[in-house]
Amino acid sequence: MIVHFPFLSAILSVTLLGALIIIVLPENKHFLMKVTAGVTGFISLVLSLALFVLYDRSLGGFQFVEQIAWLPRLGITYQVGIDGIGLAMLLLTGIVILTGVLISSHEFKAGGLLGATGRPKEFYALLLVLVAGVFGVFMSLDLFFFFLFYELAVLPMYLLIGIWGTGKKEYSAMKLTLYLLLGSAFILIGILALYFSSGLRTFDWLVLRSVAFPAHFQNIVFPVIFVGFGILAGLWPFHTWSPDGHASAPSAVSMLHAGVLMKLGAFGIIRVALELFPIGAKFWCPILVFLPIVNIVYGALSAMSQKDLKYVIAYSSVSHMGIVLLGICSLNALGLNGAVFQMFSHGVMTALFFALVGCIYGRTHTRILNEMGGLAKLAPFLAVAFTVGGLASLGLPGTSGFVAEFLVFLGAFKAYPALTVIAATGIVITAIYVLRVVQKIFFASLNPNYIPEADACTMKDQFTHEHLEEVSDSGHKGFPISVSDAVLLEKIPIVMLMGILILFGIWPSLIINVINIGVSSIVQTIGGSL
Amino acid sequence: MFELTATVLLCPLAAFVLITFFTGKSEKISSLVSMVAMAVSLLSSLLIFALILSAPGDYELKIPWINILKDLPIEMGVLLNPVSSVMLMVVCTVSLFVQIYSVGYMHNDEGYSKYYSFISLFSFSMLGLVIANNLLQLYIFWELVGLCSYLLIGHWYHKPDAANAAKKAFVVTRFGDFGLLIAVIFLACKTGTFNFLEIERVIGSGILSPAAVTAVALLIFCGAAGKSAQFPLHIWLPDAMEGPTPISALIHAATMVAAGVYLVIRTYFIFDLSGTALSVIAIIGCSTAFMAGSIAIVQDDIKKVLAYSTISQLGYMMLALGVHGYTAGYFHLITHATFKALLFLGAGSVIHSLHTNNIWEMGRLFKNMKVTAVTFLIGGLALSGVYPTSGFFSKDAILIQTLESGHYVLFAVAFLTAGFTAFYMARVFFVVFLSKEKFSGKHPHESPAVMYVPLILLATLAVGLGFFSEGFSRLIFFGKINEPEHAVLIPLLSNLSAIGAIVLAWAIYQKELISAAALEQRFAFVHKFLKNKYYIDEMYVFCVKNILFVVSNAAGWFDRHIVDGAVNGAFYLTSSAAGALRKLQTGMVQNYAVGIFGGVILLWFFMNMMK
Repeated sequence: MIVHFPFLSAILSVTLLGALIIIVLPENKHFLMKVTAGVTGFISLVLSLALFVLYDRSLGGFQFVEQIAWLPRLGITYQVGIDGIGLAMLLLTGIVILTGVLISSHEFKAGGLLGATGRPKEFYALLLVLVAGVFGVFMSLDLFFFFLFYELAVLPMYLLIGIWGTGKKEYSAMKLTLYLLLGSAFILIGILALYFSSGLRTFDWLVLRSVAFPAHFQNIVFPVIFVGFGILAGLWPFHTWSPDGHASAPSAVSMLHAGVLMKLGAFGIIRVALELFPIGAKFWCPILVFLPIVNIVYGALSAMSQKDLKYVIAYSSVSHMGIVLLGICSLNALGLNGAVFQMFSHGVMTALFFALVGCIYGRTHTRILNEMGGLAKLAPFLAVAFTVGGLASLGLPGTSGFVAEFLVFLGAFKAYPALTVIAATGIVITAIYVLRVVQKIFFASLNPNYIPEADACTMKDQFTHEHLEEVSDSGHKGFPISVSDAVLLEKIPIVMLMGILILFGIWPSLIINVINIGVSSIVQTIGGSL
Repeated sequence: MFELTATVLLCPLAAFVLITFFTGKSEKISSLVSMVAMAVSLLSSLLIFALILSAPGDYELKIPWINILKDLPIEMGVLLNPVSSVMLMVVCTVSLFVQIYSVGYMHNDEGYSKYYSFISLFSFSMLGLVIANNLLQLYIFWELVGLCSYLLIGHWYHKPDAANAAKKAFVVTRFGDFGLLIAVIFLACKTGTFNFLEIERVIGSGILSPAAVTAVALLIFCGAAGKSAQFPLHIWLPDAMEGPTPISALIHAATMVAAGVYLVIRTYFIFDLSGTALSVIAIIGCSTAFMAGSIAIVQDDIKKVLAYSTISQLGYMMLALGVHGYTAGYFHLITHATFKALLFLGAGSVIHSLHTNNIWEMGRLFKNMKVTAVTFLIGGLALSGVYPTSGFFSKDAILIQTLESGHYVLFAVAFLTAGFTAFYMARVFFVVFLSKEKFSGKHPHESPAVMYVPLILLATLAVGLGFFSEGFSRLIFFGKINEPEHAVLIPLLSNLSAIGAIVLAWAIYQKELISAAALEQRFAFVHKFLKNKYYIDEMYVFCVKNILFVVSNAAGWFDRHIVDGAVNGAFYLTSSAAGALRKLQTGMVQNYAVGIFGGVILLWFFMNMMK
């Protein structure tokens, strides 16, 4: 049953409307802004869920298609529709934006991470515009709009990091934006090549998909698009924007960025490179597969050597995105299902991580691992949540991370047995650095820099605001900081993310059945297993 | 029967959920929930065993889990047969006894409820591992028991040693798991299934080349070696003693560490096809047994002695499997589970009373702790393989099997190790329970009934199980029934050597006829070598420091300076090029005039040159 309600456009317009409302709200109504952003996030999640439920599994293919001619002379149509892969991504985006808004609304409180910068109005408006772009990419069936939404998702990042970031934020923001624009240039070339060589003068993805492009054309354009999108997906060696970017961005932005934006890259590779250039994919993937292998192992090794918590998580994202790309390169049903499932799983997991890093950073005023220790005593909830995220990251069964990695390795082994064995060493290295981080933050004896909240009250007069500021600027200067456990506003999103990781770890079919519908049509296009 | 299996499995899971989310505040209710659940599981597992006994065979239940490919179904399931039903009973029994014991041992502990919730989770995972009907499910629960082990070793996470030990246990076993994962994937790709029975059928039809079979068998053994602490992946187990003692009894003696042996038993149809793989197992098992047995002799920490002894006994089990002693290896697993759990709990009782692990700070405890002393003695005798305890039957079966299969060197080493075993157990027993009092200002007392009743029950099992050895070998066998041998010579010899070792220990540590210190000096080199555990830990530290950390730091440096340096370099190049070119367009007419004038001169110069 297909319901005739423009769900997809509704999602887009809700997020844009939310941004608009926030812009026109009076400057000092911070609470209203947060509520608007939260409600917007919630509605978009509910709509995504509705789509997920209403999507007709027996029918498959693209559903809820809407079409409005926009510039017919140039062959540009506003055309949106959703398949199994897009559905998983919509759901992910809904989850991450809602949790991101909740986490950051706590950070805007006085003394919070974003409290000093303020300006919640611009922050939330940009965040929602960005998310509208992300939603748009996942549902576009027209390459012009695909590209438009893609840019819409990338550009607000510059401001979000440059204004609300920490550390060398201007450098990071500039680097990230320039790098991603370089990727966009590649993509644009690819899309234009498609447009002109098809001879149809259309950007309609569905039409272009049915065109059989000549093999040599596919072999030339495929790597261009692969690398273009690969840059956003953190493909080695074009990944160095990501550690700096993630480390400088505020929590909610890191969550969206590592959680969703990097998936845009992988999604683009599937939708544009793989589906439009099946012959090119067959030619190039066995060659390009070396890069994801490097991603996995080298990313994990680099993560191990990091001293800053956020860099560890950022490099682990590089490593995990390698698993996504490895699954894509395997070009078979198992690998692709695993890749999409890993996109979902890693999105949730990394959102959880960055949310927690924000919570920890907001309490300890440092992200250097060696300056923490024993925090499980003061913040048991955060310790449990971080451990759950860590376990998902190291691919422990019972979390979605395991299912995703296992499927990818299974599929990849069919295509490239020896390389997969090398890639699988990543799971050992990941275990080492994840457990090391968990131990450094939470276990062993309590670092004397921190004291329980109850003790802080007795010496309150020693703790002026200046002290705290000084501490936050330059690491510890001998002032013990009182650390408390998560508050309700932090707990809600964290519990949500944790629950999703475990739910899909135990019951992966819930979403894989949908993903598989999308994947099987791709596998048919590519023409069976490699 | 499958309803019963569901009960066995879901009770501890329900207990875990209940304790974690609802009863965490109340310690009494938490432990009660956990124990009631385990008791129900135990009853159900007994019923299952009775059903299996009445009609032995394979009973299988399959539940689809992930549907992607039709020719590679991913399922969960249950496989009940004599092998799994026996293991179910063992796990439930030991788990229940340990939980009862813990009521006393963990009394007043800060993380009491957490402890019970994790122990329930562990029981669930271990039971899931035992009943798995396919390799993937086994791997899933395999990792989950590893997680529980990590969590429980780190129970006192605020102690740096405990936190380190937990991490070490997880990481070292993960190295082995890596091999197992590759094996699972390899088998799935080659045979198109994860299911044990189907893999057995497919492999039996000769689809894999002998080299591939050997490779898969060795990869599986990698996993088994990690979990079952075989050389060279044994280093985590002694450290794991940082966890609470009942946990050492349950996880690191009786059940989880035996999972590796169980894995080999479950996939024995693969090992059976590869003589090379079996030899590797036998040799590694035997050398592990010898190495750990010799180290145990010089340990001063009562739990460390038992830990090395566990490694050594697991080596025996692997040795048995390597020499086609399927039944003997499995039987030793079961008897060992009872008497080693007993020994650990006994040690825990002593530690609980004296608050020290060092055997040289104990002494003459027989006077104060009679029940503990007697049950510990029974456990020690069983471990030493003295007639008529269960250890006698299982260990002699292994020795006989080794000799019959024609591995004379392995037999000699195993026989020698049996002597070591008797010696170190006797040493501990004399030093702790009989020799001079070495604690001062402490008043040791017998542990409460919740602690000593499980000891008595386990001691009964440790003695009684031996009499089931013939029935066991009729129920559990690989290929054809291995008729128990009624050899007399080897049991006699091994018992004599055990008694000899005990007398020697008595002379050294009880009567002090031979000075232990003098012996140490006489064999200073050997003593130092054993004290330092063959320097294996040092080797690991060296490798980690000089290889892993160096490589990882190199990767980090390479990324920051070379890869990112290239990016920044490109940026610098662009901006400096732009800066240079910018000078061309200053907007000042004079500059342009200079340019034009210079150009004209150059042009004139060139034209003259051309002529």
